[in-house]
Amino acid sequence: MGYLERYIGSRMSSALDTSAVRAQFPILGRQVHGKPLVYLDHAASSQKPVAVIEAQREYLMHYHSNVHRGAHALSQQATDAFERARSTVQYHIGAEHLEEIIWVAGATDGINLVAQAWGREHIQSGDVILITCMEHHANIVPWQMLAEERGAKVEAVNILEDGTLDDDDFQEKLKLGPKLVAFMHVSNTLGTINDAQRLTKMAKGAGAVVLIDGSQALPHMMVDVVDLGCDFYVFSGHKAYGPTGIGVLYGKKAILEAMKPWRGGGEMIDVVSLKNGTTYAGLPHKFEAGTPHISGAIGLGVALQWLTGLGLKSVMDHETILSSQARHQLGKIDGMRFIGSAPSTSGVVSFVVEGVHPYDLGTLLDQQGIAVRTGHHCTQPIMEHFDIPGTVRASFGAYNTLQEVDVLVQGVERALKMLR
Amino acid sequence: MNAELQSRQEQIVEEFSFYEDWMEKYEQLIDMGKELAVLSDEHRQDEHLIRGCQSRVWLSATRTEEKHVRFYADSDAIITKGLVALMVRVLDGLPAKDIAESDLWFIEKIGLDKHLSPTRANGLHSMVQQMKRYGVAFQAK
Repeated sequence: MGYLERYIGSRMSSALDTSAVRAQFPILGRQVHGKPLVYLDHAASSQKPVAVIEAQREYLMHYHSNVHRGAHALSQQATDAFERARSTVQYHIGAEHLEEIIWVAGATDGINLVAQAWGREHIQSGDVILITCMEHHANIVPWQMLAEERGAKVEAVNILEDGTLDDDDFQEKLKLGPKLVAFMHVSNTLGTINDAQRLTKMAKGAGAVVLIDGSQALPHMMVDVVDLGCDFYVFSGHKAYGPTGIGVLYGKKAILEAMKPWRGGGEMIDVVSLKNGTTYAGLPHKFEAGTPHISGAIGLGVALQWLTGLGLKSVMDHETILSSQARHQLGKIDGMRFIGSAPSTSGVVSFVVEGVHPYDLGTLLDQQGIAVRTGHHCTQPIMEHFDIPGTVRASFGAYNTLQEVDVLVQGVERALKMLR
Repeated sequence: MNAELQSRQEQIVEEFSFYEDWMEKYEQLIDMGKELAVLSDEHRQDEHLIRGCQSRVWLSATRTEEKHVRFYADSDAIITKGLVALMVRVLDGLPAKDIAESDLWFIEKIGLDKHLSPTRANGLHSMVQQMKRYGVAFQAK
């Protein structure tokens, strides 16, 4: 019997001191519809610890200034904090070089950057871009747009009934010789944790450039881009306890260096001349036109430090315990069907109940102070695959508790009594 | 304003005032949804789907000789269907002109506008707009 089985069904305490963790999230103290908030929408956006809120406040109160410009003290201080945050990201994801870390607005922005700056240079007519059926729309639509422009084709790897990737289909589609393989590390809808290292190795073996969408992985587990071996890795700050509007594109130095800039403007130039044309700055600034989201970057750096302080292994164990417990208890409900029950899942539990619309269930959970997400979760191909209108998704973070799992289960039972 | 429309709205406000707790108000909506007749295939067509809802809502209408409007509506989600039933109850069978010009003050009075989630409120808004559009169209014919 593994450690997880010992937890499930027993009411043992968790891998984290949740009351100490919760105390750091002011928002968790509020009420919704007169009930204590039970926030189970972590996968859409995580709440923010005081450390992140304070770091942004500190910047705005005491040293706000533009970065990389100006000879004055504030600018120097802001630039230092901004660049320190970059190196925090570098160490957090194990990148070899600081300049491999590009600030973007979020994972979506990062993928679009690669589609435009790398894709338009390398994707030709007739080429294949390989994605999977479980991707978030952010890792589908930019490739469709690119493919349409270049006359290329987007192919998608099937998923199996339990929400894992169809390995045979992946191998089969690699034979098409895709120029690019883009897939998510962890599924936001199914909770499936893909074996990203293995998939990357296979894709690289087939000669493809590999991009991984790590939005759901980064807040949940240790990520090492060198171990993974991928060419690009993107994630959003706001799902990893950081601010909205900031995210990261990691790219291997050689491949980034060979790429032309995508957006033009200030910050990304070397010399601008109306007579002789413009030369561009080096990495990473070449891809960071305009004034960046300085407070966001600083906040994200602090969020990652905070996450490291908790211990990513403990966070992952904690979330796995909560989601396993939720599956165990919800599974007893008549008509319950989990969408995604891979052997390896994150803190995400997606489900539908026979004869009940997910939207109705979500509304009645909200009435009880329980925040879940309902709908297609920006993954319409998954809904198509399972032939469902949407799911109810509960997703757990470091601050959630076993008691909240109980509240969720009781909330679902109460709602079902009304709806059926 | 149409006297019948006024009295229907007053009736609904009175019914909802019995409940303080929103769970009970939802229970009321669910019951109304369950009571609404299942839509015939003739009206359950994609062309009658209203956009802007997380659940699917069908709404169609016919006109009587006297330019009165009959509504036929349904949804695949039961709370939404309850909201649909509520709207049908208020406007069904009224003269097209009165529907086109209707002031649906009961929505605010029972607190639906404030209480519904943004997606639901948008859906309800789309439904009201569509019903009024039928009123306008049938009035002109």
